Amino acid sequence: MTDPVTGFTQPVRLEYDYTPGFGRSRFLRALEQGRIQGERCPVCHKVYVGGGSGACARDGVPCDELVELPDRGVVTTFCVVNLPFAGQTIEIPYVSAAVLLDGADIPLLSLMQEVAADEVRMGMRVEAVWAPEDERKPSMDTIRYFRPTGEPDAPIDDVLRRMRDA
Amino acid sequence: MAEPEVLSALHVLEYPYTRSVGPVIGRFLTGLRDGRIAGIRARDGRVVCPPVEYDPVTGEPLDEFVEVADRGVVTTWTWLEQPRSNNPLDTAFAWALIRLDGADTGLLHAVDAGSAENMRTGMRARARWRAERHGHITDIECFEPER
Repeated sequence: MTDPVTGFTQPVRLEYDYTPGFGRSRFLRALEQGRIQGERCPVCHKVYVGGGSGACARDGVPCDELVELPDRGVVTTFCVVNLPFAGQTIEIPYVSAAVLLDGADIPLLSLMQEVAADEVRMGMRVEAVWAPEDERKPSMDTIRYFRPTGEPDAPIDDVLRRMRDA
Repeated sequence: MAEPEVLSALHVLEYPYTRSVGPVIGRFLTGLRDGRIAGIRARDGRVVCPPVEYDPVTGEPLDEFVEVADRGVVTTWTWLEQPRSNNPLDTAFAWALIRLDGADTGLLHAVDAGSAENMRTGMRARARWRAERHGHITDIECFEPER
């Protein structure tokens, strides 16, 4: 080999031990049992889901009231991923969507599958596809993805207004 | 009341950067692949190794490459008792600045001295080259005390 060296590949790698903390641990342990658990703020009555701090970001008070949420809801926004990247395990193009579960006031970020990327739309009704019971862990992977339910679309303007005004 | 078990998960963040090295570092790395070490002459006559693209004092572009030796003097060092996974050696070693013969500045590299007792400022060290070289600083596996 005689060509001059013009570059090299330098992986930058950081390994973290991630500890989810109180609020998110509570959410993840419910997932392991096949439940989606939200929490209601006693002041503004918003229902948060996805495991934040266990407190309301707006009112700064603990959200002690736990709320069982259904595993279905509405796509409020989404992103079509077209770019390949290192470590990618899903065939492109695919869709990441924000799913507002029925009864929640904040969406969950989720993978969409069983639907073509160009068919996903705001207002689409979707449901969770769970890992088999014996593979459920306190992990976001326990919900494999969301897929369309086939129900008529939700009126997206109303959904967005409800999120904003709640 | 028993404390609930704390959840914990390994999270890896990794980016495979491809770095373009430019003509000067490129020349240095090409030299390493051939088992040679290049420095560059600054405007004041000093030889800077590893080479730099611009004069450290005047900022003028530099282009006079000078070959230096693969051995020299340890000018400063620190001992690393417990190497991490991304370090060049998996046994205890020293990070050292080595002023190679023919150069006036220090090259940062590992010195495989076995124990901190074998390290001292002013000691001589020489490169341990890899048999297979690809044009990277790791073409020098490490330095070792010169006896």
